[in-house]
Amino acid sequence: MASELHPPHPLPAPHPLAPAPYVVRSQTAETGDTTTLVLSPADGGPVHPALPGQFNMVYVFGVGEAAISLSGDPSDATAVVHTVRNAGRITAAIAQTPPGQTVGVRGPYGRGWPVDQATGRDIVLMAGGLGLPPLRPVLYELLSHREQYGRIEVIYGARTPKDLVYYGQIQQWRQRPNLRFQVTVDAADRDWYGDVGLVTARIPDTRFEAGNAIAFLCGPEIMMKYAARDLEARGIPRASIWLSMERNMKCAVGVCGHCQFGPEFVCRDGPVFRYDVIRDWLATREL
Amino acid sequence: MNDPPHGPLPKEAPLRVADHPFFQGLDSQLIQEAARLARERRFDTGEMIVRDGDPAASFYLVYHGKVALEVASAEKPHLTIQTVGPGEVLGWSWLVPPYLWRLDARALKPTQVLAIDGKAFREALAAHPEQGYQFLVRLLPIIAQRLENTQIQLLDIHGL
Repeated sequence: MASELHPPHPLPAPHPLAPAPYVVRSQTAETGDTTTLVLSPADGGPVHPALPGQFNMVYVFGVGEAAISLSGDPSDATAVVHTVRNAGRITAAIAQTPPGQTVGVRGPYGRGWPVDQATGRDIVLMAGGLGLPPLRPVLYELLSHREQYGRIEVIYGARTPKDLVYYGQIQQWRQRPNLRFQVTVDAADRDWYGDVGLVTARIPDTRFEAGNAIAFLCGPEIMMKYAARDLEARGIPRASIWLSMERNMKCAVGVCGHCQFGPEFVCRDGPVFRYDVIRDWLATREL
Repeated sequence: MNDPPHGPLPKEAPLRVADHPFFQGLDSQLIQEAARLARERRFDTGEMIVRDGDPAASFYLVYHGKVALEVASAEKPHLTIQTVGPGEVLGWSWLVPPYLWRLDARALKPTQVLAIDGKAFREALAAHPEQGYQFLVRLLPIIAQRLENTQIQLLDIHGL
């Protein structure tokens, strides 16, 4: 109880690194090791607006937190969507959080895809493996204003057919007349009638007006390195190719240095970078 | 993406070597020689086009359909490592001793190709070294690209 000697102390503002409680609304298995979670603020309020390409730090209490890209529809103010691969102790705990349980979320962080620069242009989205989830918000955004853009070409590759995420949604997207969505896998058995080969092998068959195209790439670094090279060879300028980098992010606000990439911090200056800015760093070994 | 096999192949004019992207821009005599040695072949879905270990008797130009290139091991008897589609070529084992196929090729859809007699075409290339060099310069980037793709696959990029 307050007294004259101890007047009421105002509650401190939330610490910028403090996670907010979010409730897991649904959990969907995408593949054997990858799960999509839909999360809503526990207080029933709206989610923080986010740009395609940004990420949240998702915290399982007592276990730890990991940077996870936003992969839902950015126009949805009621929930955030995260697709998580079980790649270690923390991501396993996140992926296995059942509906009804609470996790901590802070964010969104980072610089996203420059979707505003895509207006009036042909767009190439290239994703390898779990690179599709960070690009999915871009696709939602593009398709919600489809008339503002030129051709949209998506190339998505995974290791095997069993490793493809959003399988049902991709089938729906492939029915759209104003979107070309190519899917390829590195290897397959005889149940697969689709394309087999690297995502880069689909570039020659991709249609765009090179001088008026913009490309967004997300996936394993080695894939992006070769894909950016091949897109540039097809005529897309380096300054029109954007890559989403992944590093071990801890603080997410450019303080701790865990995610340093050359002179940049991936969490603060990225994760989306322009190819001409980071091209030399991509070529640097063990960076 | 895992599209079921399509219906029958379209009825079109006879396939021409000169129309295939691989031969476009090459010496007209070379094209004429290839055309002389080519015959059209059609394969139904699931039909084998070549088998590992068989004599590599033909150079295939793909015009329609899709072909799976498969390798076999004890654990995986039919592992597709690449698909080849319209505008692409199938195989160079006909050009490399001992002229035996190193993999299986199977039609994933009704597929239409021109099969160029490998031995006769090889002799034609040897008899006209300038054209033979031109041909190899056209083929080499395809081999180099597939080698690079294999190197990237060895890095198991999606498993990192």
